[in-house]
Amino acid sequence: MEPFKPVESIVTPLDKVNVDTDQIVPKQFLKLVQKTGFGKFLFYNWRYDENENEKDDFVLNDSKFDGSQILVAGDNFGCGSSREHAVWALQDYGFAVIIAPSFADIFFSNCFKNGILPISLEQKIVEKLQLDVNSMKIDLENQNIITSSETIPFEIDPHKKRILLEGLDDIAQTLQFEKKISEFEKNSKVPSVL
Amino acid sequence: MGKTLFEKIWDSHTVVEKSTGPSLIYIDRHLVHEVTSPQAFDGLRMNNRKVRRPDLTIATMDHNVPTNDRSLPILDQTSAVQIQTLEKNCNDFGIKLFDINSPNQGIVHVIGPQLGITLPGTTIVCGDSHTSTHGAFGALALGIGTSEVEHVLASQTLWLEKPKPFEIRIEGKRKNPYAVTAKDIVLSIIKNIGTGGGTGTVVEYRGQGITDLSMEQRMTICNMSIEAGARAGLIAPDEKTFDYLRDRQYTPKNFDSLVEYWKENLKTDNDAKFEKQFTLQIDDIAPQVSWGTNPGMTCDVTDSVPSPDDFAKGDVNQKKGAEKALDYMDLKSGTPITDIKIDRVFIGSCTNARLEDLIEASKVVKDQKISPNVRAMVVPGSQMVKQQAEEMGLDKIFTDANFEWREAGCSMCLGMNPDILAPGERCASTSNRNFEGRQGTGGRTHLVSPVMAAAAAIEGHFVDVRELDLS
Repeated sequence: MEPFKPVESIVTPLDKVNVDTDQIVPKQFLKLVQKTGFGKFLFYNWRYDENENEKDDFVLNDSKFDGSQILVAGDNFGCGSSREHAVWALQDYGFAVIIAPSFADIFFSNCFKNGILPISLEQKIVEKLQLDVNSMKIDLENQNIITSSETIPFEIDPHKKRILLEGLDDIAQTLQFEKKISEFEKNSKVPSVL
Repeated sequence: MGKTLFEKIWDSHTVVEKSTGPSLIYIDRHLVHEVTSPQAFDGLRMNNRKVRRPDLTIATMDHNVPTNDRSLPILDQTSAVQIQTLEKNCNDFGIKLFDINSPNQGIVHVIGPQLGITLPGTTIVCGDSHTSTHGAFGALALGIGTSEVEHVLASQTLWLEKPKPFEIRIEGKRKNPYAVTAKDIVLSIIKNIGTGGGTGTVVEYRGQGITDLSMEQRMTICNMSIEAGARAGLIAPDEKTFDYLRDRQYTPKNFDSLVEYWKENLKTDNDAKFEKQFTLQIDDIAPQVSWGTNPGMTCDVTDSVPSPDDFAKGDVNQKKGAEKALDYMDLKSGTPITDIKIDRVFIGSCTNARLEDLIEASKVVKDQKISPNVRAMVVPGSQMVKQQAEEMGLDKIFTDANFEWREAGCSMCLGMNPDILAPGERCASTSNRNFEGRQGTGGRTHLVSPVMAAAAAIEGHFVDVRELDLS
């Protein structure tokens, strides 16, 4: 995984609550066996009509948000299916940071495995950010969002912060505990399946 | 202070614990399917890693398998590639696979318990959010993403933040348990606590309303824990649990000694503390029907479609969500639920496609014909469920009523295979998600119990199934 780089960008406001992963990437695109190329399917049914023409009323089709790396959405973002394809689609499209009042657990965890930073903030701050048309900076090192008018601090678990900043390979880290895993297995009462 | 059942399972699976941050948790059972695993196996190959414990890993194909004649080739090439990829991966890495022609094939959350792979007190993961189903056996069962699938394949462990224990008590006795089912109980819970009500928690379902349920009904409850946002849901094992698991194909040989251990250890202590609590009285609850685009948007069958204001209770964003949902569902506030006409019926999915579900639905369907305006299908949860149902003659009851009787798979729960709704079609579905486009782009889903789905197929609209005469 690539280390998380500082982000400076305008925000894309997605004014919806309970955005589920079926909306982020619909099921017909889950059949691919690689991780790349999902950006074109992001929010597919909201982005395109039945003839695959862009819908004017959807925020991603508004050219003023082209190149935005920060998505700001409503409560309980990423609920539903565990599909990591949702994160791959957001990332491939160009988003590096997702801000919302709250996230669904599996989606939240999937973000960190792919170098995306999810930030939970109070509802009223999220609403303010959604209306901010200026570019802002995300400083993960110091845990700040720096807008044109203020600096907004955010919380992140130190372990998760390190994973993002150093772009750590989770599995390589875990395999350093091989001895402990083997010891655990020796004492386990749970039989094999077969 | 005592511990909850969840905390006991957590503690007994902790390999590494640090003063802060996540713990390394050992995984006893890893279930794999075709959709969320290909990229994980690729990751192993790229890093020259092996599967650490193939003997704790089981695979099947369920999400995009066709449910028509299994002797025919799979027409959708991308589906075929995904299925072949799973076959190759299982072959390369030495994993037991129940393939499309296996008598054990089926929805991963139906076959795990049915084969005795799911066991009390274990940790179970699968790259699928409905893994929570296995919690019905007193297991800590978690849905995970593909990166975590790769992590478990490589290390048989996961780094996890400890969720908070959440007690949901189901108290009382249903007056008509035939018409008010486990599905109605869990939809009522989600209606009350919301789709984010369980975020960051592991729910333990307790109380007489739970112990009264059969194992298959308990699975329906635990299955939908994720729809309330919970990390997992579980139920303490009892004699019903042990009886269900005894003598299954993969039940461990030392089962009786395991039962002794489970009886001793797998219960919440009297002085344990839950961080969150919710109680549902079920004496008088009605059959439930969802009206919107998430499972929390649900009401009694005797109600009318609510207004966004009534639903939102003052929350501006929830109100906007409800307005959008009604627009998508093409419903007007104030329409009685029983006036909603349907085009399709789907009896299937990991929520409600086990033998008991099919038996209950068949009682409604027996000697009847479905409405001429409705197309209805039954997709058994596994080939074993299908076979058992056929031995009982249920297939005949359904096909005589003009239902389609299919092979096992996830099918129209998520429409990754050819079983989908056409745009604008309205479906009474026994599945778990009514998200926009879930069952097909532009399709409209109403979540209901198998009994309600069967009755809606006959009548062409929803009915208060408490009034059916099934004597």
